[in-house]
Amino acid sequence: MQTLDELIASSPVFAGMPAEYLTLVAGCAQNAGFEEGALLFREGDVADTFYLVRRGRVAFELHTPDRGGLVIETADSGDVVGWSWLFPPFRAHFDARAVEEVRAIAFDGACLRGKCEEDPRLGYELMQRFAQVMIDRLQHTRFRLLDVYGGVGVS
Amino acid sequence: MVSDTPTRDAWVLGPEGLAALMEALVDAGYRVVGPTVRDGAIVLDDITSAKELPHGWTTEQEAATYRLERRGDEQVFGWAVGPHSWKKELFPSRVRLFRSAGAASAGAPTIEEDPPPAKPLALFGARSCDLHAIAVQDRVFLGGPYVERDYAQRRRDAFVVAVNCGVPGGTCFCVSMGTGPRSEGGYDLALTEVLEGGRRYLVEVGSERGRELLEALPVQPATDEDVSASLRVTDEAARRMGRELDTVGLPELLARNREHPRFEDVAERCLTCGNCVLACPTCFCSSVEEVNDLTDGSAERWRVWDTCFSIDHSYIHGGSIRRSAHSRYRQWLTHKFGTWFDQFGTSGCVGCGRCITWCPVGIDVTEELAAIRASDGEVERANA
Amino acid sequence: MAPLPYRVRSRSQETADTWTLELDPLGEPVIPRAGQFDMLYAFGVGEVPISTSGAHEGDGRLTHTIRAVGPVTRALCAADEDAVVGVRGPFGNEWPLAGAVGGDLLVVAGGIGLAPLRPAIRHALAHRGDFGTVSVLLGARTPADLLFVGEVEGWRSRLDAEVDVTVDAAAVGWHGRVGLVTTLIPGAPVDPATATALVCGPEIMMEFVVGALLERGLPIERIWLSMERNMRCGVGHCGHCQLGPKLICRDGPVFRADEMMQLLEVREL
Repeated sequence: MQTLDELIASSPVFAGMPAEYLTLVAGCAQNAGFEEGALLFREGDVADTFYLVRRGRVAFELHTPDRGGLVIETADSGDVVGWSWLFPPFRAHFDARAVEEVRAIAFDGACLRGKCEEDPRLGYELMQRFAQVMIDRLQHTRFRLLDVYGGVGVS
Repeated sequence: MVSDTPTRDAWVLGPEGLAALMEALVDAGYRVVGPTVRDGAIVLDDITSAKELPHGWTTEQEAATYRLERRGDEQVFGWAVGPHSWKKELFPSRVRLFRSAGAASAGAPTIEEDPPPAKPLALFGARSCDLHAIAVQDRVFLGGPYVERDYAQRRRDAFVVAVNCGVPGGTCFCVSMGTGPRSEGGYDLALTEVLEGGRRYLVEVGSERGRELLEALPVQPATDEDVSASLRVTDEAARRMGRELDTVGLPELLARNREHPRFEDVAERCLTCGNCVLACPTCFCSSVEEVNDLTDGSAERWRVWDTCFSIDHSYIHGGSIRRSAHSRYRQWLTHKFGTWFDQFGTSGCVGCGRCITWCPVGIDVTEELAAIRASDGEVERANA
Repeated sequence: MAPLPYRVRSRSQETADTWTLELDPLGEPVIPRAGQFDMLYAFGVGEVPISTSGAHEGDGRLTHTIRAVGPVTRALCAADEDAVVGVRGPFGNEWPLAGAVGGDLLVVAGGIGLAPLRPAIRHALAHRGDFGTVSVLLGARTPADLLFVGEVEGWRSRLDAEVDVTVDAAAVGWHGRVGLVTTLIPGAPVDPATATALVCGPEIMMEFVVGALLERGLPIERIWLSMERNMRCGVGHCGHCQLGPKLICRDGPVFRADEMMQLLEVREL
């Protein structure tokens, strides 16, 4: 049975982080669980918490008046959910919902932001890693804009 | 009359001999197609007598230039190839592939392929470059796992009377391509028009069929002097090529220069009109057209000439792959001189020069290739 | 080469714009193998190249899954039972299943790309002992665009096959993955040391997939793509299907990735 520290250290987003920063990060972390259908956060919520999924699947949803809810991305084991905690105005940009039972590690973003103020090097480490997550997500999203499959459309 | 067996299988026909040759072909049941003057050019058309040949004509050819002019003498073949090539006969621009009848739901529709043309073809006056072009198309249509039926039919029985060149054109570069000016094979009979010592025609036999036809002709055995004189004709022609091309490592050169800025340069001049494709004796792209009769449900499929310069050529659902003039010119040039080797084992170019003559803006393939070679490896980069 | 008459035995709709036709020969049969294609002729309308989506055991029956994107494909997709279509073929080369024997098999299909791969997957599952892990990764635009859903669910419920599916977007209520098909590759349960990958889908998707497979450690010589270009004849005579030195109808449509990647990098080739 892995400790929280071990789980964080072995996740893709934190892999290779210097041990003392891992400890700091783990200090802001705790286990979290969500039942199927439960919201991790809602669009517009204050984004002070982000998650690392351990088990289960989280859907990122956007709601439009005419087309209802659309799932624009899903996160599975090892993926990060939420980066708005790093950047003002610190508000969530979409709904995050557990589509099956989810076990995750919840991180106190506000707490971590405080630690980054004290040690900008920690801030740089976190920025780099989360920037990579965002770049990957952006590239994937841009690729999906190309709509290479063509087809019916979401209905 | 064929009498002694000469040291070389070569004979001589006098100036009236062309008429006899023509008659012999017509009498043997061939449909003779040969050079004749029409619409300000020397074209290939049905002819039935030697009088229709272009006696005393020549052509002035340069990039984007073709002028028919009178010669001072009665040379019949004193000109370089015109806008037509033999593909118009062996690979016609429109051919019906089949007819289908009764394509309604009940029962199988019948599909009927067309029979071969009634009369076999005689190609009268094929130049060495054009014989090489026919060989190139033979590889495309007959050399693969599938044989192009219509081409095979027309080709099989075609009689070839070659003519070795004495008067090259301003855009000719057969010497660079190793395709002339003298034919080494691929003919039934080959003529060389010799003026030195009185106009006569050296006739070389290339096949049994050629020999049989020769027996009906008023030939004399060729002397050594006749043969030497004919060799001087083609040697002289070889010295007066209008263009030259360095073909060493050309396919590799093109393969490593796909992004060469010269293509962008050509694109600014190229109209993508496809005249080069029309004139080229080896270009073989085709498309198919379905023609329907709404009243009886019958349909026909026709094969028609196509060109890689057309935007449609590379269309797949959603759009065309080669949209820019740049990419289409590059496709044509790199196929002709490069990837043709990968696909069919030879160059696609025979150095006839037609594409240079008939390009309305005078794009010269020899110049374009030399420019790429001169700056081999150059790539357009934003921050270069 | 004249088309051979075939009768439409059945026509079933897969998605809003895709149908599968089953055809029986009225005369001589055409027998394509997995990876090959036939030229399908809608009399009086035209001909298109379509991969076989269900290679049979030689009884001459054909299965083709067709997306209605133009006049010919629309006519084919609208063909009633007993209508007669023309078939020429089989053309092209096969998926290299014989060469993949003894190792894991990773199949990556995007959109309609699953159709040419289905015969290969069926073959692998029917000769299960020839392969190690069989892993199928599917990408589609939305859940409504997934092909052969029933059959895919059948593969997934087998204990000896792994199936993972993702879509580009979905309505809320979809509990599957949403994201690029490349995101399925890091987690695919195959051993890069033995796996052969068969990939089919939109060209740019295949390029990204090859990148992800190489990152995963598969050698490029064991990655195979099925390519597509405009075709008029299917037999190497019309000049349309060229991609650089290759004629897709004669040298392909299945290519080893190293033969293709350099060509795909050149725009508008």
